[in-house]
Amino acid sequence: MASVELKQVRKSFGNTEVVHGVDVSIDDREFVVLVGPSGCGKSTLLRMIAGLEEITSGEIHIGDRLVNNVPPKQRDIAMVFQNYALYPHMTVFDNMAFSMKLAGTDKREIGERVDKAAKILGLSEYLDRYPRQLSGGQRQRVAMGRAIVRNPQVFLFDEPLSNLDAQLRVQMRIEIKELHQRLKTTSIYVTHDQIEAMSMADKIVVMNGGHVEQIGSPLELYDNPDNRFVAGFIGSPAMNFLPGRLVTNGGGRGVQIADGCVLPAPQTHEADGREVVLGVRPEHFAIGESCVEVEVVVVEPTGADTQVFCRIAGTDVSAISRERHVFRPGDRIHLKPMDDKSFLFDPGSGRRLQ
Amino acid sequence: MVLSRFLDNRNRLGMLFMLPAAAILLIFLTYPLGLGVWLGFTDTKVGRGGEWIGLENYEWLWTDSVFRLSIFNTFLYTVVASVLKFGLGLWLALLLNKHMPFKSFVRAIVLLPFIVPTVLSAIAFWWLYDAQFSIISWVLVKLGLIDQYINFLGEPNLARASTIAANTWRGVPFVAICLLAGLQTIPPSLYEAASIDGASPWQQFWHVTLPMLSPIIAVVMTFSVLFTFTDFQLIWVLTRGGPINATHLMATLSFQRAIPGGALGEGAAIATAMIPFLLAAILFSYFGLQRRRWQQGGSDK
Repeated sequence: MASVELKQVRKSFGNTEVVHGVDVSIDDREFVVLVGPSGCGKSTLLRMIAGLEEITSGEIHIGDRLVNNVPPKQRDIAMVFQNYALYPHMTVFDNMAFSMKLAGTDKREIGERVDKAAKILGLSEYLDRYPRQLSGGQRQRVAMGRAIVRNPQVFLFDEPLSNLDAQLRVQMRIEIKELHQRLKTTSIYVTHDQIEAMSMADKIVVMNGGHVEQIGSPLELYDNPDNRFVAGFIGSPAMNFLPGRLVTNGGGRGVQIADGCVLPAPQTHEADGREVVLGVRPEHFAIGESCVEVEVVVVEPTGADTQVFCRIAGTDVSAISRERHVFRPGDRIHLKPMDDKSFLFDPGSGRRLQ
Repeated sequence: MVLSRFLDNRNRLGMLFMLPAAAILLIFLTYPLGLGVWLGFTDTKVGRGGEWIGLENYEWLWTDSVFRLSIFNTFLYTVVASVLKFGLGLWLALLLNKHMPFKSFVRAIVLLPFIVPTVLSAIAFWWLYDAQFSIISWVLVKLGLIDQYINFLGEPNLARASTIAANTWRGVPFVAICLLAGLQTIPPSLYEAASIDGASPWQQFWHVTLPMLSPIIAVVMTFSVLFTFTDFQLIWVLTRGGPINATHLMATLSFQRAIPGGALGEGAAIATAMIPFLLAAILFSYFGLQRRRWQQGGSDK
């Protein structure tokens, strides 16, 4: 097991730079998730750690070793691919044993290690089967088994669950996390799904357009986003953003939005009159408390909570309530943002204002 | 009324639609093949109808040293040329599968020998191999590597090697393009997984490329063997079976005995004698081509 350190890592394909100087440090035994929209450079970053892509500039350390020019097989890592990349002409056993066979490991030891991994993953009955004869979830487990048997320093996961259906994805998510708690191997996991990131990570690295937007634990990112991108990306349903202007309103600060309504604002040092964007999570609207009157567009009762979509001054807004409200489209209701849980952002840069 | 009811039946309609194809097969495939086999059991000459003589042609051929030599030649020609075509074709396919400048242009060029009519390329080779005007000999002489022009088509073993080389040149593109198509279906992530698993490029080739390519190799090589075994044009243009029958294949001997020699029955018997060998090759590939266990079951998702 080992730590992983990225220092000013850059990657260009031809003249196009896709990763712009990324610094990330990953502690030993940590489960780190790289998350971001597609094209943000997260997979490229992972492939550079694996050694499948060359690093244009910067340094990557695994443990205390600089691995910039070390070929993949000597980096002591294992990778789980999005399409599993199982060898179709080899049985489950051979797929898992392949790396050890290449390394010339003793036959009995290969058998023992594969059996052990198969037991952990519940694959013992399938060792003689070929990948084609397995279901998606089983193939996914074989891919993980292939990683486990090598007992590597670092596990790399490249969107491993995106080919599975929703139900299986939740189940495998739990299995992977459980596996990590058991093996404690440093893991780097790439996904575009922020729920996967939130539910699995010790530490999340939010990426966008080849930059790191913010690094932190899931709850840090949720409670304290550095900028509008992170605030909007983390959390589901996504945060609402309402553009307006700071005002002082009878002792409290507020944000005056387009239709003249003033919504309570969080504490800030910014001066009145400044253009801002108010960010409020759907779960941080109090429904029914008088502040701003809105028209209900769609109501989604999901049982556990009720999600209400409405429109404030031309902006679509969603609110979630634990209570079972019976609203109809066209009803007029009142919403009030909780001022201690909303955020202010700069309209241009998206930077958080405090 | 009767007609429309007749056509209402799916089976009858199906039969009706199959008729043209069946007729074509019967007239242009079954009939000539049957006629050929039948001729082999007669003493038909050109211009004179023959009589049924049973196995006499085959008994005579059994003792005929030229016929025996032609079987040996055919096997030598097929085996050596097929092995060369496979090796060179695979090598070329691997090269073409790499990233390189003018990729599609190079691929098009590679196909050229396959596109040119066999007789044309054979004539070109005839010139290359000519005893007096061979450019190969000329270059080698000018380079000072040899003193005398090589008699490519004049000496038995040289002639064999020369015809095999010409056949290989013509056959490589087919093998290469087919194998290239196969190579492109192998997902790149398999190589990435293998390189992380610690496989060297050679091990990746051996453990990933070759097994993944094996189904298409079987198909391509079956076709290649069949084409080579029945080759006629190239030999006929280059050597007509000479010198001293050293390059006579079964196909060329059959033609020579039947048409210029006039012994239609005997020629047909030689051609018929090829059938068991071809059948064996087809059966071999039929069993070899059956979907391997790893290709069965489940779906590719």
